[in-house]
Amino acid sequence: MKSFALFKKDLHSELRTRYAINALVMFILVTISVILFSIGSEKISETLTGGLFWVVIFFSAMSGLSRAFVSEEERGTVLTLHLIASPNTIFSGKLLFNLILVFAMNIVIALLYSVLFDSFIIRNFSLFFLAFVLGNIGIAAASTIIAAIIAKTGSKGTLYPVLSFPILLPLILILLELTKFAIDGTVIGESLVELTVLVCYDVVILTASYLLFDFIWKD
Amino acid sequence: MIWKTVLFLLMLFVIIAGISFPIVENPTAWYQFPVIPGLEEKAKIIFFHVPTAWLTVVAFLVSTVYSIKYLKTKDLDDDARSIAAAQIGIMFCILATVTGSIWAKFNWGSYWNWDPRETSIFMLLLIYGAFFALRSAIEAEEKRAALSAVYSIIAFVTVPFFIFIMPRIMTGLHPGSANDTNAGPVVNFKMNGNMMLVFFTSLVAFTILFFWMWRLNYKSIIYKDKLTKNIL
Repeated sequence: MKSFALFKKDLHSELRTRYAINALVMFILVTISVILFSIGSEKISETLTGGLFWVVIFFSAMSGLSRAFVSEEERGTVLTLHLIASPNTIFSGKLLFNLILVFAMNIVIALLYSVLFDSFIIRNFSLFFLAFVLGNIGIAAASTIIAAIIAKTGSKGTLYPVLSFPILLPLILILLELTKFAIDGTVIGESLVELTVLVCYDVVILTASYLLFDFIWKD
Repeated sequence: MIWKTVLFLLMLFVIIAGISFPIVENPTAWYQFPVIPGLEEKAKIIFFHVPTAWLTVVAFLVSTVYSIKYLKTKDLDDDARSIAAAQIGIMFCILATVTGSIWAKFNWGSYWNWDPRETSIFMLLLIYGAFFALRSAIEAEEKRAALSAVYSIIAFVTVPFFIFIMPRIMTGLHPGSANDTNAGPVVNFKMNGNMMLVFFTSLVAFTILFFWMWRLNYKSIIYKDKLTKNIL
């Protein structure tokens, strides 16, 4: 329950400044328009649009999600958080906030994308939806724990994509594969292996994050 | 001393046997290797390339084990052991990537094909790179040790996905891929007894080499640390 209160606090402070939301919206617009400019009037293949979709998501996530813990360090509220809640609660709160942010961001990206790109046709929607949901959970979890590490390094923002990319890459590769399947219209039964790997990734990264957050937070 | 002698003998055997033993159509003598269709003389890379890739993973494992130990004991010597293993790991990682890449040019036609196993070694290279980037960004010793330990553990739990799972479920050029007809562990592919012997000797020799280099490296890191602290 306390983590939910923490989430509400983050939401209120976000709605007051709208820093992350504004940055994210602008970033999504810029990335998509750059892709559209570079394509021009050319017709690109369906597989490539599927790949570019995750490129947009990855870079938007890199720009918006690093704030979770940095903002606490900047405002000097870390010690207060230490006093009122256990590390696990804090991590749950931040994770919840990042989850909502990732889902909102990716739904916007997906909608914009399907409107703007003619060749982005999902033939097996339920498979795409499953991959999308599981992928978002993975992205949120991995980026939250990396954000916690980054906040302790003296908020060196450039380090964030460097540290996140190797951790997120297995996830993105599997998501690319699944998006390709969804565009080709493969049935779910044939992509069970990839879905299992996705679920494993989510479980592993969540477990590791909860176990290790103590050590980052206590410094 | 005894280990160094053993290492010297094993390496000597691997280098002589791996390079000079001939590959012939129908092996009769004990020192001849059989021809593997599609590879011929180029099959010999397995004696040197696979052990370097193996060491990359072993070094990563050792580094993670000592990271976990550091988080438990908060002893900076454990951090030195972890970083020493990572330093050797990145060296072997580069070696494995470069040797594999040169070999791929001659056998598969281009330096880089994004075969799943190539992707996975590239990922390892990125993880090592990110690990050192993180370390160089933090000044305070204890904080640096704790954060890099956490990062290397997180990286280690996601590594199995691309080292062990992806090369097997995706189609690729390396033995053991999903479309490989030999279907089985990598080492069972068409090697005869003496090839296996040289291959496994090479694995053992490289592993000993790693532990020797690692010991020297962490000792030198610890001594260097002590020296700078005494002087300053």
